[in-house]
Amino acid sequence: MEIVMAFVCGFLFMAAIYLILSRSLLRIIIGTGLLSHGAHLLILTMGSFKGSAPPVLSEGVTDFVDPLPQALILTAIVISFGVTAFFLVLAYRAYHELKTDDMTLMKGSEDNE
Amino acid sequence: MNNFLLLPIIIPFFFAMILMFGQKKIAYQRIMTIFGLVLSILCAAGLVLNVRENGPQIVTFGNWPAPFGITMVSDMMSALLVLTTLVLAMFIVWYGFASIGRKREQFFYYPGIMFIITGVNGAFTTGDIFNLFVFFEVLLMASYLLIVLGGEKAQLRESIKYILVNVISSALFVITVAYLYSVVGTLNMADISLKIAEINQPGILTVIAVLFLLVFGMKAAIFPLYFWLPSAYSAPPIPVLALFGALLTKVGVYAITRTYTLFFTHDLSYTHELLLILAILTIVAGCIGALAHFDVKQIIIYNIVIAVGVILFGVAQMNEAGLEGAIFYLIHDMIIKAALFMLIGIVIYVTGTTNLRKMGGLMKTYPALGWFYLIAAFGLVGVPPLSGFIGKLLIVQGGFEAGNTWSTLLVLASSIIVLLSAMRIFIYAFWGVEGQLSSNVEKSKFNGLFIPTAFLVVLSIFYGIGTEWLTPFMGDAAKILFDPSIYTDAVMKGGN
Repeated sequence: MEIVMAFVCGFLFMAAIYLILSRSLLRIIIGTGLLSHGAHLLILTMGSFKGSAPPVLSEGVTDFVDPLPQALILTAIVISFGVTAFFLVLAYRAYHELKTDDMTLMKGSEDNE
Repeated sequence: MNNFLLLPIIIPFFFAMILMFGQKKIAYQRIMTIFGLVLSILCAAGLVLNVRENGPQIVTFGNWPAPFGITMVSDMMSALLVLTTLVLAMFIVWYGFASIGRKREQFFYYPGIMFIITGVNGAFTTGDIFNLFVFFEVLLMASYLLIVLGGEKAQLRESIKYILVNVISSALFVITVAYLYSVVGTLNMADISLKIAEINQPGILTVIAVLFLLVFGMKAAIFPLYFWLPSAYSAPPIPVLALFGALLTKVGVYAITRTYTLFFTHDLSYTHELLLILAILTIVAGCIGALAHFDVKQIIIYNIVIAVGVILFGVAQMNEAGLEGAIFYLIHDMIIKAALFMLIGIVIYVTGTTNLRKMGGLMKTYPALGWFYLIAAFGLVGVPPLSGFIGKLLIVQGGFEAGNTWSTLLVLASSIIVLLSAMRIFIYAFWGVEGQLSSNVEKSKFNGLFIPTAFLVVLSIFYGIGTEWLTPFMGDAAKILFDPSIYTDAVMKGGN
């Protein structure tokens, strides 16, 4: 199971990097979304898939999954959600002000303003 | 009173929250910010003295035993960095009163600063690797706010790149923590250190060490990963730039220092050799950039890159002289970079341009500014009575002791380039025939900018003169870096 997930994570990273290297800002943001999905799936995988019951105390169950990676993922998800929301609004604002979403046109010198 | 070490984190956080209310009342915002910072400085100074007397201070949240809860550790290095952070933040906020502008002040500028301080102090103090990630995100989120606040075109353009780079490095941080967790099965830094010592750092941990270098190197702007820094730092206004230049990259440097002295100490010939080479290349890249530009901001920004290289060169030596020098130089560099950014901010204000070629003859009109710039520039280079000397001396001593003769000579040679780049600003802007001068320089605004800057330069002079007095503190900090068992023992005992 871990092997399969490792390949899935690898595929997500590959797609993310391809999208981040593209020119359109929106594709880049989609790429960062895929990147954080891959990272979160990787935490879950690296915590290993041992155990069958969800980590909630109940009678007669001893075979819990590792609760720690789930807590880490939950933290990482809300953080990346906050950053993505900010990034999307920034992209919207930048599109209004700079009149472009092409990263190659966002050159950083005084003459371009 | 073991919770005392949390105060420098909690007080700015608390003040950030109450500053969210009453956003239009500028007087209230200013007074509360300064009040909060002074209060935190007092607590941080108390913390430094406490650590000096009683050794590392530890608190584990919720009374859980050490590896299970989140531990906060204040050893001498983090206590000193926390104190420096707060002092610099106070001077930069004071400087900002005159220059940041009403619009920004009314739009969560001060809460942003307080949140960034919370994140930086938390990152310096935490003893848990995932908690370090969270504090990194706290300071990064606040820095996104500050870099884009104002919404000028340049700011929008550069903040997109800045955020993209940091989102990628944060994802890489999460991935690295996941790998580390799967190998050692713990997140507490002291426990990780012990577990790695138990299994004696097999190949996979060396890979993780390099991944950590990538992650923190992207924050700290080391050689192949510094590409985002020059353009991103040219966008925000000067007080924000001073805050970023003094604090943000240094958090990355601190994180590299911490992980490379606490975790990955069993395969020095690979990890620390790599760090050494990257540090040298960082210095070279910074030197080239510092000489290539005629923009005052860019020259100082590339000097950040050089300093990061020099500090990491000291860390890579892994002997007591090198580490002590790295700490001396780290704190010196935080102070002097803030002072230099504030000084060139004044230069930009009185001339109305960032282009060196258009400036000239400021020595006649603003002699005090010229002399203070000269002192700060000599401090940056490390002329003996001033602040940069002792750190570089110890780093060089460490380099020779470790037998890296050629690279150490290169570090020494970089000082000449730093001197050249800093003096070039002095020669172009202060000597010669009178160049461009801004027509609407107000005396009161100039004083408002100049007084905090002068105080900070004087502080840096005292840092240089008071070396004898500071040495025991720095020695303590270097000792704990050199011998991680002090750290792990203190944490695993459950704190005092």
